[in-house]
Amino acid sequence: MKPVLSAAAPFAPTAPTAPPHSDRKRSTDRGVGTSSSRPDGIPKVKGQFAFSSDLWADGMLWGRTLRSPHPSARIRDLDTEAARRIPGVHAVLTADDVPGEPNYGLEHADQPVFASDVIRYQGEAVAAVAADHPEIAWRAVQAIEVDYEPTAAVVDPEAAIDAPPVHPDGNVFRHLTIRHGDLEATGEVTVEGAYAVGMQDQAFLGPESGMAIPGDDGGVDLYISTQWLHVDRDQVAACLGLAPELVRLTLSGVGGAFGAREDVSLQVHVCLLALRTGRAVKMLYSREESFFGHVHRHPARMWYRHHANSNGDLVKVEARLLLDGGAYASSSTAVIANAACFSCGPYRVPNAHIDAWVVRTNNPPCGAMRGFGAVQACFGHESQMDKLAAALDMDPVQLRLRNALRSGDELITGQHITGTAPARECIEAAVAHPLPPEPTGKGGGPDDPLLLPGGAGRTADRADVRRGVGFAVGFKNLMYSEGFDDFSTAAVRLEEGVNGEPVATVHCAAAEVGQGFVTLAQQIVRSVLGVDRVVLRAADTRVGSAGSTSASRQTWMSGGAVQAAALAVRDSLLERVAEARGVEVQGARRKLLTLRNGEVVGVEGRFRLTLTDALGGRPVEEVREYRHAPTMPLDDDGQGDAHVSYAFAAHRAVVDVDPELGLIRVLQITTGQDVGKALNPLQVTGQIEGGIAQGLGLAVMEEIVVDGGRIRNPSFTDYLIPTALDMPDVQATLIEQPEPGAPFGAKGVGEPPTISSTPAVVSAIRAATGIDLCRVPVRPDDIALSERTP
Amino acid sequence: MTVARPTTLSQAVDALAAMPDAQLLAGGTDFMVEVNFGHRRPTDVVALRRVAELRHHATDGDEVVLGANVTYSQMQTELAEALPALAAAARTVGSPQIRNAGTIGGNVATASPAGDTLPFLAAVEADVVLASPDGTRRLPLADFITAAKRTAIQPGEVISEVRFPAVRGPQQFLKVGTRNAMVISIACCAMVVDTDHRRVRCAFGSVAARPLRPTEAEDFISDALDWDTLDAETNAVDRFAALAAAAAEPITDHRGTAEYRRHTVKVMARRALTRSLRA
Repeated sequence: MKPVLSAAAPFAPTAPTAPPHSDRKRSTDRGVGTSSSRPDGIPKVKGQFAFSSDLWADGMLWGRTLRSPHPSARIRDLDTEAARRIPGVHAVLTADDVPGEPNYGLEHADQPVFASDVIRYQGEAVAAVAADHPEIAWRAVQAIEVDYEPTAAVVDPEAAIDAPPVHPDGNVFRHLTIRHGDLEATGEVTVEGAYAVGMQDQAFLGPESGMAIPGDDGGVDLYISTQWLHVDRDQVAACLGLAPELVRLTLSGVGGAFGAREDVSLQVHVCLLALRTGRAVKMLYSREESFFGHVHRHPARMWYRHHANSNGDLVKVEARLLLDGGAYASSSTAVIANAACFSCGPYRVPNAHIDAWVVRTNNPPCGAMRGFGAVQACFGHESQMDKLAAALDMDPVQLRLRNALRSGDELITGQHITGTAPARECIEAAVAHPLPPEPTGKGGGPDDPLLLPGGAGRTADRADVRRGVGFAVGFKNLMYSEGFDDFSTAAVRLEEGVNGEPVATVHCAAAEVGQGFVTLAQQIVRSVLGVDRVVLRAADTRVGSAGSTSASRQTWMSGGAVQAAALAVRDSLLERVAEARGVEVQGARRKLLTLRNGEVVGVEGRFRLTLTDALGGRPVEEVREYRHAPTMPLDDDGQGDAHVSYAFAAHRAVVDVDPELGLIRVLQITTGQDVGKALNPLQVTGQIEGGIAQGLGLAVMEEIVVDGGRIRNPSFTDYLIPTALDMPDVQATLIEQPEPGAPFGAKGVGEPPTISSTPAVVSAIRAATGIDLCRVPVRPDDIALSERTP
Repeated sequence: MTVARPTTLSQAVDALAAMPDAQLLAGGTDFMVEVNFGHRRPTDVVALRRVAELRHHATDGDEVVLGANVTYSQMQTELAEALPALAAAARTVGSPQIRNAGTIGGNVATASPAGDTLPFLAAVEADVVLASPDGTRRLPLADFITAAKRTAIQPGEVISEVRFPAVRGPQQFLKVGTRNAMVISIACCAMVVDTDHRRVRCAFGSVAARPLRPTEAEDFISDALDWDTLDAETNAVDRFAALAAAAAEPITDHRGTAEYRRHTVKVMARRALTRSLRA
């Protein structure tokens, strides 16, 4: 059985975007460094792109999950008989039906496939059904009788540390300490503050969906939206009790991820249903279910004390960070490492005393989201830097410039930055952009009343509004840290196409989640091999792992693997030509033959050979693994060379505030971002604008409201993300300092825009209102009902 | 499931009489959400979209007539000059797609405390016209909406029109939400400074179970206003705003606190009046 739609559909035909043959551009016009257009761009805009929610197979069944309404409970009894008896219901599965490992998890397998006795969060899966029609599946789920005994929920992360364990593995996922330098050191000036970050959701637009098709060999094929096919495969195979090679995953069209697709959601359930029924089974979460079906950004409580000399030099930072991991581990232990390692921001901090905890509660599970721990910390350290500037009576930008990290500096983990660290350049670029125009009072442009705080609600007149400017800087690691064996795999094949022209095919399991790897892979192959026509095979588990599409790592890692494989293809081809021509191969071939503008040429100009002729009807294929430089675990004092590379960004926000109503409009955000080298400037700009939207969202509106362990706003009616009318003008300067050791010198660019945009916006609101805001998102009543509102 | 697709109002009434339990469907922007959440499982539906006569509107006579199928998009564009506050309210509803589908009849029928057109209709003391096999009847909006999401509609009745006396003078609509577009109101305010009857009429949404008319505040400011110059003392404006806020009966929910909602009533009342007087 084959699905009508597979992930091959969106990417395999590059034809929709390839210009007609006659005026096709040269490969170098669409190579590395150009703003080559996305192969999936036009189909997405036209609504023709096949997302995983569009998957379809003849005779398929629909799966649906039963979830707990309680955040904490015991299951006294579970009766599925009535559900099974409904005509059209083909399977009702519970924990007893899981043949392999009962639990899964990214780093620690602590989350049950189905809760069997204990419920640890609202929305935890209890059972799954497969039926002929989604409506029948819905009825079957309603017919499952569960006798819950609600129990006291642990919902306060501080209390959780000493509370009775929510799970046999205990309530502290990780306590990380950093002790660096002279812990007794003090500064002439100290500032102290407590800060909080609410629970943000990744709010991807394409809800969780996928289809499983049982194989003839006892295995299963899973078409799925995910960020990392192979880590899904390993978890699914373990729970199914199957050898990994019997579980074959193919990436289906992904509608955004932002970290929310790192963890397993419906993968095991849909495969179990398919294997039990012997039929193709599709699952598709509703928007509401999606809020319960994936992890969120960790809420944080933070306390900071900064010490500085009166000249503005930072002396010491003390901090205590507490992240609420919710019911299951997910990637909490790595998130807290980032929060701790980057707790002091991109500054030279000679002495640091940091304690960071991430704990288990009965709140919704939290895990990866764009910025991954650095976001929470950045709101803390940048709020502190503003406070310190005020205490020192210094310009906040100058204070940051004075302390900004440079290449060669030592971090609070004792690691020295060996790569580039253009923090200063990012800051200078962000503030170099002109401020937005002032209102003229003549109407139009900046006077458009829709562009005042309150927007379409027309609550404010210009006289009600005050403007503020704020600034923030942030940084984080690129790729996986703390000794993780981080690699990617790519296969590149070069052959003669049907028209006699050379065609390169890339096979890589890197998950395209919107970030643009599909474009970049084509660009890299065009640049290395000089072929215009580059086809991407569907990402699947038939090739080696590419690692996760997260940690801003795929451009570097899978870009590196594609580059290495393409270079290997080039070398094999040159070797073949050299042999055929009787050119000495060993050692000398690179001197005598080279690839230029899509032709094999002798360096002395003795001959030219088209790629097609050089291939001679025999394809060349090479597979390469790419690894970044190894890292080390942190020691007991949080010291060690745990990270590979760092990316920096600075943001200046200009905000209009209606202080009386507490409503906000962000007018402009300017940024300088450290990109190493922009391999596709248009895509980099897209990442910057999108990341800023998400950072702005956290600053002023995005929060999952959790009350007693229950989500109060699981919908896009009440979980607000920025609209076009909330999005500011964005002016970006790309700081290009090629990173040594990185393929093409490029750094990942996805996360930095999200990190410091949040504190920059809040800083601007503080500047406009004079209110000491120390929690995000800033709510209207935090401003309007503040005692300090004039 | 049977879906009736009448093209005239009388057909719609007949269809409903034939299927007394049928759900009326106009834009579906409230109804389909409830279906998707499993809160409603309709067996039969009378779809009103093809009833062209319900799409008409007339603003040139002594009485304004708005057919129940008039969409938010129509209000936003076709009624922008005649009824600027209603047009502004319509602009704040959802996204363009929602505004193309959702209707004024649906907003009235759902009777949500957050219904964005309801404060305006309350301020102009609109009547709801209901058609049934027995003919038509008119009910003041204040009697039609009996509680949050509860109305006096009887089995077999279809909302055909909303009618209210033509009103002259400045009108305003303000809505507080945590996002600059496409947001459910935390609180909203519609105001008409009725220069013919020398009466300030206003109503607030999302601060009580039903659209809230602060009559004491209206009485006070209607007396305090200099109707010849359309001017008022600052402290009179402030007192009006304070009286309006005192009349509010807000609740705390995940969208906002009662305290904040009451505060916004005061601010919106003052700003709406100030804008009207300045205009």
